[in-house]
Amino acid sequence: MNMHTLQSAPATRPALLQRAADFPILSRPVHGKRLAYLDNGATTQKPDAVIEAERDFYRHSNANIHRGVHWLSQHATELYDTARTSVQGLLNAASADEIVFTRGTTEAINLVAQSWGRPRLTVGDEILVTHMEHHSNIVPWQLLCEQTGAVLKVVPVEINGELDMLAFDGLLGERTRLVAITHVSNALGTVLPVAELTAKAHAAGAVVLVDGAQAVAHTTVDVQAIGCDFYAFSGHKLYGPTGIGALYGRRALLDAMPPWQGGGDMIRTVAFEHTTFAPSPQRFEAGTPNIAGAVGLGAAIEYVRGIGLERIAAHEHALLEQATAALADIRGLRLVGTAANKAGILSFLVDGIHPHDLGTILDSEGVAIRAGHHCAMPLMTRLGIPGTARASFALYNSPADIDALVAAIHKAQRMFGTRGA
Amino acid sequence: MNDKDDMLRELYQEVIFDHNRSPRNYRPMTGANRHADGHNPLCGDQLTVYLQVSDGIVHDASFVGHGCAISTASASLMTEAIKGRPLAEVEALFRDFHALLTAARDEPGPQRDFGKLAALAGVREFPARVKCATLAWHTLHNALTGEASTAHTE
Ligand SMILES: Cc1ncc(COP(=O)(O)O)c(C=O)c1O
Repeated sequence: MNMHTLQSAPATRPALLQRAADFPILSRPVHGKRLAYLDNGATTQKPDAVIEAERDFYRHSNANIHRGVHWLSQHATELYDTARTSVQGLLNAASADEIVFTRGTTEAINLVAQSWGRPRLTVGDEILVTHMEHHSNIVPWQLLCEQTGAVLKVVPVEINGELDMLAFDGLLGERTRLVAITHVSNALGTVLPVAELTAKAHAAGAVVLVDGAQAVAHTTVDVQAIGCDFYAFSGHKLYGPTGIGALYGRRALLDAMPPWQGGGDMIRTVAFEHTTFAPSPQRFEAGTPNIAGAVGLGAAIEYVRGIGLERIAAHEHALLEQATAALADIRGLRLVGTAANKAGILSFLVDGIHPHDLGTILDSEGVAIRAGHHCAMPLMTRLGIPGTARASFALYNSPADIDALVAAIHKAQRMFGTRGA
Repeated sequence: MNDKDDMLRELYQEVIFDHNRSPRNYRPMTGANRHADGHNPLCGDQLTVYLQVSDGIVHDASFVGHGCAISTASASLMTEAIKGRPLAEVEALFRDFHALLTAARDEPGPQRDFGKLAALAGVREFPARVKCATLAWHTLHNALTGEASTAHTE
């Protein structure tokens, strides 16, 4: 792995991390080439610490939780609870009881839509989202609107990928009950001023949900500083396993919400005449949860906190700057999303080469990127493009990955004859 | 140079680039009596196929839309291949072409002379791209069978 830049970098550059060795998959070649994994927005690779934690759980600690008087069950329950505390720490929630384990961001948002929204919203109530949301922060609200007669309002996005703040102020009104916004746009990398938006929404009497899927692995998140009511994320984008994620909900809100799925583990007492429910978070975790996944997620959180999210953010920002400069130098390449405040996501288009073709050719060089609409079809429509090619960075990426990306784009241009070289 | 590069050259042959750069029969058709829309939401590929069919013969074929090189070239080559052909032959070609792209690696695939369409056989090695190559053909099929709905390859 090419890490020479660390030594030759000017002193003002934040130090680059050298943690690729922690991720076993990164040493496997793809098509005989060194893997440059730049599809971290879709999912991140897993460090040994996470792989081992899941394996250890099944080898040494596996039992069902909350159910057994036997030692193993208590042990598994403790591990599960410890993972919840890790999530609490990651988000700086006031209490671990404010953390509900879910399958991921999507399930967390659906939980809020059905448990918070469905009993409360009525005809003419408004839900405010932005034009740059992922489908999973759009469709659950559309379903809720159909169920309740509420109306979905959309805050427009500027052509550079920033949110139209004036329009946000204008759309926020008396009927706004909920504001559901992404922390970081998965398609463009734009970082939204979530604390400011939350303050405005609260002033208007609305509840705020932040979709943190693209944020938690790349920046420090403090739900109390943001002030939001709900915060959703997925473990698999945070170096953790798939099938596990979490919803943060403010205590007062969670306590007032009915269950959204019924079953074991979420009840206090069950009788055919009347069933009483467990307090949150158990109320929202019906059935045997993804225990090993939660343990893996806990390990992932401890792993990133061990490195330090500030250091990870600085590392990725340095890569973003390098990559932005390198891509801007490529003739015929256009960056899509140039907001002032961006996370490590670069969307782009290359003249005369469809993103899908680009993706195939980059893949032949071991460069893994995403091509398409990134589950943000309304945003692509707004920008007047069918999709983009997207490179997204993680803590294990290096300048060598950017070099590989640039070289592979040149190869595509040579093949398509869209460049003199 | 590696296997993947060979496969890549198989996929992106000069014919494909040529038809991507200057697609044939790329126009809406006013006199069309059959047409259908095709859409691959995953990559945003979108096209409309127009046909002028009478006496069991496809007299004219054209398309408009946008997509990747594979889907554009496939649509262009398709219009060339079906013009002037009897409907039964077009349907047989659709079936054989589909089989050509989806045949398992160790299967011989359909025995026929595909002409220029053979250039698309390289797609076989790229399962994620087969849908790009078949979009126009599914849309053609819908236009012929009169299924009004949009053809999807996702
Ligand atoms: C911004 C954003 N929100 C939500 C999601 C959905 O996450 P998941 O599929 O893990 O539930 C994603 C992931 O693709 C995302 O990028």
